[in-house]
Amino acid sequence: MTLTHEAPLTVPDFGDDAAGERKIAFICSKGNLDMAYPALIMANGALGEGIETHIFFTFWGMDMINKKTVDHLKFTFLGNTAMHPVKAKFSMPQGLGGFPGMTSMATKMLKDKIAALDVPEIPEFMTLLHDMGAKFWACKMSVDLMDLEPEDMIDEVDGILNVTEFMELSENAQVIFV
Amino acid sequence: MAVATLAGREVHIDDEGFMTEYDEWTEDVARTLAGNIGIELTDAHWKALKFMREDFKANGASPTIRRVTSEAGIPTKELFALFPKKPAKKMAYIAGVPKPAGCV
Repeated sequence: MTLTHEAPLTVPDFGDDAAGERKIAFICSKGNLDMAYPALIMANGALGEGIETHIFFTFWGMDMINKKTVDHLKFTFLGNTAMHPVKAKFSMPQGLGGFPGMTSMATKMLKDKIAALDVPEIPEFMTLLHDMGAKFWACKMSVDLMDLEPEDMIDEVDGILNVTEFMELSENAQVIFV
Repeated sequence: MAVATLAGREVHIDDEGFMTEYDEWTEDVARTLAGNIGIELTDAHWKALKFMREDFKANGASPTIRRVTSEAGIPTKELFALFPKKPAKKMAYIAGVPKPAGCV
């Protein structure tokens, strides 16, 4: 005997009628290549789930929205004891990261690995997230501290907020500090 | 796993309601699936859905939003307008392919 559902059949719940919209806010405070990705990847997942998503860039995280640096973020293994490529027999002595050329080499290695996963580079990722509906906010104090002007920042930046404004904006949001 | 009747056809669906058999899909089934989630299919929807199916067939994985934008040339903003809030999942559902597994 075959079981057959009567219409209406099982329909996935896409949350279209969900009461109480979910909201998430990431704070990006780091300017290293490896520390730029976590929030962007999670933001991508949040936006794909229809969650209202904000990213607040502060301190070294400003490098992610600075036109001069957004395409030049770097990865160093200096001070990173977790640098042990799976196929290598030994951990990379982290102190070697201080030698000339090592940061460029490590950056290239990481970029190649990320590209192999079909994950975009940072500038393309920023545009993608913004097109998906993310809002990008620059920290007022960091803007002042680094003598940045609005034209120094990528076009996707929606505005400059002070901390009070960010607190207002992130009311009832889940806040994740990176 | 259950068998459901969609547009007069018996199709296999999983616990959530996603189709599990690629070849059971027809355009009429797609219209019914779309209707189930409140979407009326236009030419713009079909362009995305056909890419979902072709790409899944070619690569064995459902494309992500980024891939639909870059390979099918449909702007990300348009995908969110056509399939509100959760375009990747909704496109997969209507196109009769699994939910995308990739993170990005």
